[in-house]
Amino acid sequence: MKFLTPKRKIITEAAQSFTFTRRAMVVGGLQGAIGALLVGRMAWISVAENEKYSLLSESNRVNLTLIPPRRGWIVDRNGRPLANNRTDFRVDLIPQRIVDAEATIRHLAQLLDLEPDEVDRIREDLEKSAGFRPVQVADKLTYDQYAAISVRLPDLPGVAPSQGFSRHYPAGATVGHLLGYVGAATAEDYKARKDPLLITPGFKLGKDGLEKAFDRHLTGKAGAKRVEVTARGKIVRELTTRPDTPGKSIKLTIDAGLQEYAGRRLATQSGSVVVIDCQNGDVLALASMPSFDPNSFSDGISHLEYEMLSKDDHVPLRNKTLQGLYPPGSTVKPMVALALLEAGIGPQETVSCGGAIRVGNTLFHCHKRRGHGPLNMRGAIAQSCDIYFYQMAQRIGMDRIASMARRVGMGQKFDLPFPSQSYGTVPDPAWKERKYDQKWQVYDTVNATIGQGYMLINPLQMAVMAARLATGKQLMPNFIHNARRPDPATVGATEEHLIVIRDAMNAVVNGGGTGGAARSSIPGVMIAGKTGTAQVRRITMAERAGGVRGNSSLAFKLRDHALFQGFAPFDNPRYAIACIIEHGGHMIRNEDAPMIASDTLSYLFDPAKAMEKLETLEKGWGGTPAQRQARQMASFRIAKAIEKGDVPPPSDNVADNAGNAAALSPAPSPPARDESEDDAPPPGANVTGAP
Amino acid sequence: MSIIPHPLTEFPWRILALLLAIAGFGTIVLYSAASGNIFPWAAMQAVRFCIFSAMALTLSRIPLEIFARFAFPAYGAVLASLFLVELIGGVAGGSQRWINLGFMQLQPSEFMKPIIVLTVARFYAMLPVGEIRRWNAIWPALVLIGLPWALVLIQPDLGTATMIAAGGVTVMFLAGLPLRLFIGTGLLVASAIPIAFSFLHDYQKNRVLIFLDPESDPLGAGYHISQSKIAIGSGGFWGKGFLQGTQSHLDYLPEGHTDFVFATMAEEWGLLGGALLILAFMLLFRWGIRVAMRSQDKFARLAAAGLTTTIFFYVAINLMMVMGLAPVVGIPLPFMSYGGSSMLTVMLCIGVIMAIDRASKRRTGTGNWA
Repeated sequence: MKFLTPKRKIITEAAQSFTFTRRAMVVGGLQGAIGALLVGRMAWISVAENEKYSLLSESNRVNLTLIPPRRGWIVDRNGRPLANNRTDFRVDLIPQRIVDAEATIRHLAQLLDLEPDEVDRIREDLEKSAGFRPVQVADKLTYDQYAAISVRLPDLPGVAPSQGFSRHYPAGATVGHLLGYVGAATAEDYKARKDPLLITPGFKLGKDGLEKAFDRHLTGKAGAKRVEVTARGKIVRELTTRPDTPGKSIKLTIDAGLQEYAGRRLATQSGSVVVIDCQNGDVLALASMPSFDPNSFSDGISHLEYEMLSKDDHVPLRNKTLQGLYPPGSTVKPMVALALLEAGIGPQETVSCGGAIRVGNTLFHCHKRRGHGPLNMRGAIAQSCDIYFYQMAQRIGMDRIASMARRVGMGQKFDLPFPSQSYGTVPDPAWKERKYDQKWQVYDTVNATIGQGYMLINPLQMAVMAARLATGKQLMPNFIHNARRPDPATVGATEEHLIVIRDAMNAVVNGGGTGGAARSSIPGVMIAGKTGTAQVRRITMAERAGGVRGNSSLAFKLRDHALFQGFAPFDNPRYAIACIIEHGGHMIRNEDAPMIASDTLSYLFDPAKAMEKLETLEKGWGGTPAQRQARQMASFRIAKAIEKGDVPPPSDNVADNAGNAAALSPAPSPPARDESEDDAPPPGANVTGAP
Repeated sequence: MSIIPHPLTEFPWRILALLLAIAGFGTIVLYSAASGNIFPWAAMQAVRFCIFSAMALTLSRIPLEIFARFAFPAYGAVLASLFLVELIGGVAGGSQRWINLGFMQLQPSEFMKPIIVLTVARFYAMLPVGEIRRWNAIWPALVLIGLPWALVLIQPDLGTATMIAAGGVTVMFLAGLPLRLFIGTGLLVASAIPIAFSFLHDYQKNRVLIFLDPESDPLGAGYHISQSKIAIGSGGFWGKGFLQGTQSHLDYLPEGHTDFVFATMAEEWGLLGGALLILAFMLLFRWGIRVAMRSQDKFARLAAAGLTTTIFFYVAINLMMVMGLAPVVGIPLPFMSYGGSSMLTVMLCIGVIMAIDRASKRRTGTGNWA
């Protein structure tokens, strides 16, 4: 029991009592000190750091939701809307507020005529829902449906009708490639911009065409709604709402009526029409058909519709006006003639066409087997004589032709508000050396002068070429109304030379030439132009010997392209036009390039008469593009369903259901048509030098 | 002597008024925590306070000798039930803290908090004066404290275990053991903390780590402390106003009516409310310490000071936890936090202190007590 200290203090009751008192005071003092410390700590948090914690408390309490801004309108040169916003009525369910889910759903299904599978989807979503997140019942309601629900709200707890805005393109498919479409932002978009607006439900940004190019301009400032929320996300009340600032609108040089007319006038063909104002280069129409409907793209396109579009051999998903490259064919002949004039060849010099000439060891044919006989420049252009150009071009050489080709806009890349454009090729000896490391041959010149071989052009460039030939000015295509631009440079041709060309092009249409189908129906307006045919296959000697096969006997992909470029009126050009029909093959006269171009130009002078003709024609084609596409969609749906074995072939309503099933299950199935995979237009590749 | 009858002057009016003020304030805060409803918490809390006040007053009439005599048997009974809880827990699996008596859940560790104080006080009161600096004065007390401490710790309930140890050690300190023992042990414990830490349960370790850096896990385990500090900090000096607290009413503050009731209060009443509440508690402790210092009986003064310190530990640990100065250990704030067992324990302490006060006043015959 020896412990701690060797010399032990003597401890008495009194001493212990004293020790206790002293230590009790220490304990009491410590307690007081800790009390003071706690008050100090509290003061530090609540007074010194009050601002920080108030902010945190506010950010807890207040939830900021962005209201997507309405997108700016895109209007045509006359202020007609090409793209606007439609009020979109929709209905959601707030699961947490629903009293009797089953009765509510049944009531809604009856009010809105919901399909049974939609009702099942709503039930499923409702079960999975977290309670506060709304479940969508239906969108794109009519105002009547919206109103019908709104007046019954007292009997339908948990039902939340609301209105938003969705993009609307009144002209539908005919503006598809021009304007592009809008859609929800992708993860990459968000990573790049980090703008919270991008992930706000309902916000859409431009995905293609002008919608994409002018996206920032068209996007307004988001509104904001501040709501008080609980920790579990339940909304207690709305605090303040700042309305959105709609985006700015854009006025285009496009003429909405003309654009729609051109799109419809392209009929069932895979083609494009570009119209340019000869005064300043404004693009009045840029139509590429068939096209997707930007309305359905903007709402989120169904798998089935997308599959149909991507399998179509008329390539509705490609903007042919800018991305389609074609051998220009004979449409380059006026340009070549201008180069000849510049090189000093007189317009009256003649060449005798005997149907074929030998260049090197190859025999080059004229399109007219028996030959045209002697022709001057006017006759050669009007009759599109190949032999005249073969011979004349050999006299001046490729470089001078290529120089003129570039001055009229071939191979030129324009500064355009589009994500991509293909700008083709103007071949010359230097180019061939560079590209293929081969020497330029005489037959290359021969091919190029009739727009075959390496030469490639897109429809917009062809329209620019027509406008420059018509005016002698290097007009630049432009899409923004009233855009400031410098005065165009001259093409470098004299007025006399231009008159020769214009006169010759007039003869093509009105002087017994190859373009008689383009003759104007408007009194006092004469159209000048040049036709073209671009081969996409090699014609072998054997075939030529046995007679060249007609286009109608060929597969679609092997048929010739049909081209037309021109302007009107011929003596005082106001509008220039280019029209290219992919694999048209000049098979149907009223769906061929010259008449389409002529009718489109006539719309500019007499819209009523032009429309009247179009409506008559459309009856024969099976209605407007929208009607035809709807029918195509229906038959595609049935074909898919049959292919999958879901339904026996006949009976309409069964097939319709099967179509839904196909739309719901996007599982890829083998394509129905074997050529559908190869949808790239083959222009340059397949073309070789023997017309 | 005045004309007021003796039993009335002897009745502990002032201390009851103080308790009534604190508990009344607590009831108001609970009323707000239920979004302006007396149900489910405020009414129940008020009823409990009345019942337990009556119990405390009854306790205060019991002669002190009874407490002294029953200290060891009560200790034995509670220790036995702690064992029982551990056994049942072992059978049922998982953490077990209470015995189901059928009509109520009994949590024996809660009773151990005052009992350990009475038991250690009783031990030192029985110890002959001369033995106080010997080994004999230390080991029995350490055993008395260590057994329940270990049993509660393995439940596991770090907060209650700490309070049991702290209450017992405080009494040892007050009993007059050599000062250097405490200093030496303090240093030893400080150096042993890293070792002790490794023996903690994962969730306990987490709590400690997150206490050290609450922002490291603001949505997980640090959520309590972060939200509590936001509630207190956003209250400012004057508070957001009665029923205007957003942290509590919008459910951002977890446990806003139990362990974190102080944050609920501070958000609406600000620093002013908080300082007044702490002041009220300090007055309560001053009363307890004074009762201890006035008492001549060794058991009585050790018990009074020890029990006061037990209540103090409730308040101090809870407030430090709420303000981010201590890890989240689940110690409620007396009279403020909703819950029966903690109020029962604290009222037991108050009752015993009142009994001591009464006994010492009887002896000295003075009415001068506060």
